[in-house]
Amino acid sequence: MTTMNALETKSVIKTYQSDSGLISAVDDVSLTVASGEFVALVGPSGSGKTTMLSILAALLKPTSGQVLIDGVDLSGLDDFKRVNLRREKIGFTFQANNLVPYLSAVENVELMLRLNNKLDKAGKLRARELLARLGLGERLNNYPGQMSGGQQQRVAIARALIHNPSLVLADEPTASLDTERAYQVVETFAGLIHEQNRAGIMVTHDLRMCEFVDRVLIMKDGKLTQILDDRADIRKLSSARN
Amino acid sequence: MKKISIAAYLAVKEIWKFRGRFLLVSLVIGLITLLVLFIAALGEGLGNGNREYLSKLAGELVVYQAKSDFLIPASRLDLNRYSEIKNVEGISDVGLLGTANSQLLLSGDDKFLKTALLGVEPGHVGEPKVIEGSQLSAADADEVILDRNVILRSSIQLGDTITIRVTQGTEDQIFTLKVVGITDGQQYALQPALFVPFFTWDRIRPKSQAEINFSDPVANVFIVKVDQPENVEIIRDRIEEEIANVETATRKEAIQALPGYSAQQSTLNTQGGFTLFIGILVIGGFFQIQVLQKISQIGVLKAIGSANSVVAWASIIQITMITIIGVAIGTGLTFLFSLSFPPQVPIVFNGTTTAIAIIALLLIGPLGGLVSIRYAVRIEPLKALGLSS
Ligand SMILES: Nc1ncnc2c1ncn2[C@@H]1O[C@H](COP(=O)(O)OP(=O)(O)O)[C@@H](O)[C@H]1O
Ligand SMILES: [Mg+2]
Repeated sequence: MTTMNALETKSVIKTYQSDSGLISAVDDVSLTVASGEFVALVGPSGSGKTTMLSILAALLKPTSGQVLIDGVDLSGLDDFKRVNLRREKIGFTFQANNLVPYLSAVENVELMLRLNNKLDKAGKLRARELLARLGLGERLNNYPGQMSGGQQQRVAIARALIHNPSLVLADEPTASLDTERAYQVVETFAGLIHEQNRAGIMVTHDLRMCEFVDRVLIMKDGKLTQILDDRADIRKLSSARN
Repeated sequence: MKKISIAAYLAVKEIWKFRGRFLLVSLVIGLITLLVLFIAALGEGLGNGNREYLSKLAGELVVYQAKSDFLIPASRLDLNRYSEIKNVEGISDVGLLGTANSQLLLSGDDKFLKTALLGVEPGHVGEPKVIEGSQLSAADADEVILDRNVILRSSIQLGDTITIRVTQGTEDQIFTLKVVGITDGQQYALQPALFVPFFTWDRIRPKSQAEINFSDPVANVFIVKVDQPENVEIIRDRIEEEIANVETATRKEAIQALPGYSAQQSTLNTQGGFTLFIGILVIGGFFQIQVLQKISQIGVLKAIGSANSVVAWASIIQITMITIIGVAIGTGLTFLFSLSFPPQVPIVFNGTTTAIAIIALLLIGPLGGLVSIRYAVRIEPLKALGLSS
């Protein structure tokens, strides 16, 4: 019996028409991420990370190639089904303006359950427990405007996990944080992904954050140029000065 | 249904969190409401001041001299035609009406109230029913029935003797009349009205030198009450056929033909419409700026799986709430203001007119918000990642 991968892509290509001809933002990327695995997607600016993440998130349709989430081929889904899939199967954290500014920390997390029509007593309790795990037990009723960037990212992480998604996508979760906070946030994130058996992908340009991941996918000019899955190699990459 | 409840949740949470900002918009809508309701009330008040006597007439038809263009002061009808018209079949009552202006002298040196001096026939259509005191007694008695508006603007009471001043030829004449009755509001030509018996009227009205020596009384128009109101059109044709040199108007036509009436009403309606339009722009502008500021936030909502309908409903619910709150504030303010207006100010809050204005005001929200709702629905979830397709 083969275990199904939470995420699988086959020869994904995304090209854009620009003044100077065709740009391949993503060029023939095939990858798999299993449940319980936390993967970093790194590469220089303009290498196609965000574009790739958008395709994995069912937010952008690839020019060609296949994306399967829990074995479901995204190309067969209309817009309505894509919204449903994002809501049920995917958890998100974004680089900026992550949270809904008029909802408190706990309400932001509960929103994911509300959207999925799963906000019951047990769900409310889990949202509070998860925020407490992330060190925000005292901040449940704070609004995003009253929290630091690191606290907001941790709320977003709770929101990305609360509805038991198969796939968790994080776009530059540490972009606005200082080093110490960044380590803390990613470490907790990695711990939860492993513990809850999700498939996690984190886009980052900060190689030091790779310390906490199981695999590093390196992109360059839209291509997946290198995959590091050896602990020693990953350690070497993350400790190098960059 | 589930989607609408999530939308309502988001809409209410946002309004509550940013209540200062939303309240400000509601206040602006409140002020617009105040303005629109006052314009409507002014239209009603001015219109009412002009038409009040005619609109309360028990008669259905007004008979004018031919080619008078339904202008009451321009029309002259002699009493021969009055006896003829009484014989027209299907008419139950006819009354004479003479119109003029007079100055009602008030206690104190030079103070007077400009009033409409109306000559009516005691016991016939055209004489308003009193709410206090008695009707006029005889065709040439020195008696007067006062419009309630005279009482409101002076200290005159039932039973008093009043003094009026008119110009006859080149001289000012003073006449005294006994107040025998008081009617409800019966303004005519934007003035409070004095109702005197027709032949008294003919004696005390303002006259030119030529008219002083001319002894046959002349009315302006006849007021006709028909036997069966559904036959109004038939009677109307019959009158014009059988009586020489007359034209007939229904009560409604007579009101529309009052000097300045239609022009005034349409001016005020245009002003009201324009104010509503400004309201649409204010709401539209505010919500459009809001949505422009919220592009990435709306992108995030959509990216994490909110349907377009949730975003659209949230906007609709917000706009509706803000409008309703604003209109409620404005209606409350209008009510408070209206309490402080003296009776001279021609402002009348009519239930129907106010209701129509309020419905129109409630519609400006959704109308103004259309553009921003459309815009919000079109925001791509990709915006959450700072991208666009
Ligand atoms: N909507 C678009 N239109 C044209 N070119 C685009 C668009 N989005 C991305 N690109 C191009 O695709 C390439 C990859 O972009 P991106 O995925 O944002 O890279 P990264 O996130 O690694 O910095 C860049 O060259 C970028 O200019
Ligand atoms: Mg990027």
